[in-house]
Amino acid sequence: MSAPGASGARQFWRRLRTQRAALVAAVVVALLVLVALAAPLLTAIEGQDPTTYHPSLVDSARGGVPIGSFGGVSADHWLGVEPQTGRDLFARLVYGARVSLGVALAATVVQVAIGVVVGVAAALGSRWVDQLLSRFTDVIVAMPLMIMALALLAIVPSSFPRPVLVALVIGLIAWGSIAKIVRAQTLTLKGLDYVAAARLSGWRTWRIAVRELLPGLAAPVITYAALLIPQNITVEAALSFLGVGVKPPTPSWGQMLTAADVWYQAAPQYLLLPAGALFVTVLALTVLGDGVRTALDPRAASRLRVGTGRKREAKA
Amino acid sequence: MSGFGGFALRRTVGAVVTLFAISVIVYVVFYVTPGNVAQITCGPRCSPAQVQQVAEQLHLNDPLYTQYWHFLQGLVVGQDYSTGTSVEHCSAPCLGLSYQSDQQVTALILAKLPVSLSLVFGAMVLWLILGVGTGVLSAWRRGRLTERLLTGVTLAGVATPVFVIGLVLMIVVCGQFQLLPFPQYVAFTDDPEQWAWNLLLPWLSLALIEAAAFARLTRAAMLETLAEDHIRTFRAYGVGERSVIGRHALRGALAPVIALNANNFGSAVGGAVLTETLFGLPGIGQELVHAVNVVDLPVVVGMVLVIGFFVVVANVVADVLYAVADRRVVLA
Repeated sequence: MSAPGASGARQFWRRLRTQRAALVAAVVVALLVLVALAAPLLTAIEGQDPTTYHPSLVDSARGGVPIGSFGGVSADHWLGVEPQTGRDLFARLVYGARVSLGVALAATVVQVAIGVVVGVAAALGSRWVDQLLSRFTDVIVAMPLMIMALALLAIVPSSFPRPVLVALVIGLIAWGSIAKIVRAQTLTLKGLDYVAAARLSGWRTWRIAVRELLPGLAAPVITYAALLIPQNITVEAALSFLGVGVKPPTPSWGQMLTAADVWYQAAPQYLLLPAGALFVTVLALTVLGDGVRTALDPRAASRLRVGTGRKREAKA
Repeated sequence: MSGFGGFALRRTVGAVVTLFAISVIVYVVFYVTPGNVAQITCGPRCSPAQVQQVAEQLHLNDPLYTQYWHFLQGLVVGQDYSTGTSVEHCSAPCLGLSYQSDQQVTALILAKLPVSLSLVFGAMVLWLILGVGTGVLSAWRRGRLTERLLTGVTLAGVATPVFVIGLVLMIVVCGQFQLLPFPQYVAFTDDPEQWAWNLLLPWLSLALIEAAAFARLTRAAMLETLAEDHIRTFRAYGVGERSVIGRHALRGALAPVIALNANNFGSAVGGAVLTETLFGLPGIGQELVHAVNVVDLPVVVGMVLVIGFFVVVANVVADVLYAVADRRVVLA
């Protein structure tokens, strides 16, 4: 037996490794992150960029349909070009991955930061502080994310960098559930002997919070954050789809879909690529999130397995 | 039953407090942060005199609590807006005036509400049937091919954004195979049959996505119940598998399904906004997107409050139903 911290991490890996679907999802997520990070490199290899218009590649007489077969696929434009503008689809797709993953991750960081601070403060503060923060959290939870985000994005001046703004807005609205989870978990930890021991040793509250409580909060926070990321990707795509999220010329998958339905016959990949990219990304992140949860909370998994076991017993 | 009545009352009072808090936050966020509120509210084409008038009507030069007080007053007892020459009465619940569309916000929302209610509640019926049905089926056929297939389909449903499935459905059903016309809203009171036909695709788009979450939850809750002792007792007494699953295990899934329905109501409303925009249905979602794009502040604030109201009410209803399904809640 090694040190408890190390064995915790090792146990996590061992449990994650046994889940084939989660491993495949982890590989897909890693690839997506790699593509997002290497977007400038990949487009440099292709020799294109996401914002240059190529009017010569679309047939303006036919409303801007890409010239050539399969929506203008060629050695220069690997996935064809956008109808009307002739912008390179491959470049827009890989730069879209940056926006999608970047915004979702940044929003999750904001959500976790606010949620942890509010949750821990509510659990450790006086009854009055707890009441105030908990009621405020209830109100925040009651506000529908999409609606509030739409409304907030309307009033902020457009000079603000849009992707940062979208991430901030999502993060500032949707931290309620994580604060609730953190508060409940902190209350549980607070009652444990080792925290009482720290308190008796005369440690200050904030030192106990940082040194003794935060490590114990890691598992539920990571589990929940892993489920928030795909949700945030969907919200960003939805906002951009509605035209209030990331604005052109910055490419975003949701925004690419806005105009795509008109072109499904002439350039089907204009619709299928961003839709497929969104689907694969959210699916991989969801499966990975499920895997992380099972690895961190084996009780949930074994409970389900017991259910199946009883069934076999009954049949036998 | 006094415990139950008290519980329902406590939840209702809590909801009123929540709604009040939401209105304060929304008012402060939208009427304090941006630059010249009167100019933004009035719209880009307003003359300085008109802007001045808006500032007076909304009491924007008064301290914040006075402004909010007038706003609240409008909501509860109605309000009169003086235009200098004439007085426009806005009866309760008054959400203010949309200076850009020259309409009262309440009337604007009321006109669009039937579309959104048709969409959300029709879809809700579908997603509860589809979701719980799928969950029951996969709990019943657990360990078999059916379950694995259903698990895969549900997972795909969870991962698909509503506007993607809506787009694909619209292109395949209306565009490629022309099985249905492109949806156009027909009021229920005009022609119930056309109403249903035109809403079928929007309902399906919204319901398929939401149903996936319910299927996963129902399956998990049922499997958990199946592992409990009383189920073993039923089986020992020779109760058939169909009855064990369909009656006793399903009961265990009832409370979590109700809770999820309330939790997801907000996100379903968000999904409805996307569905309305995608299919061009003239509901409050489409109106909200329009108001956001032209920065029609009173309409945006009114919409957020109305939608918040529905979400909070949905939660109270769910809380009460939850207590009916699981009596232990009342004691807590």
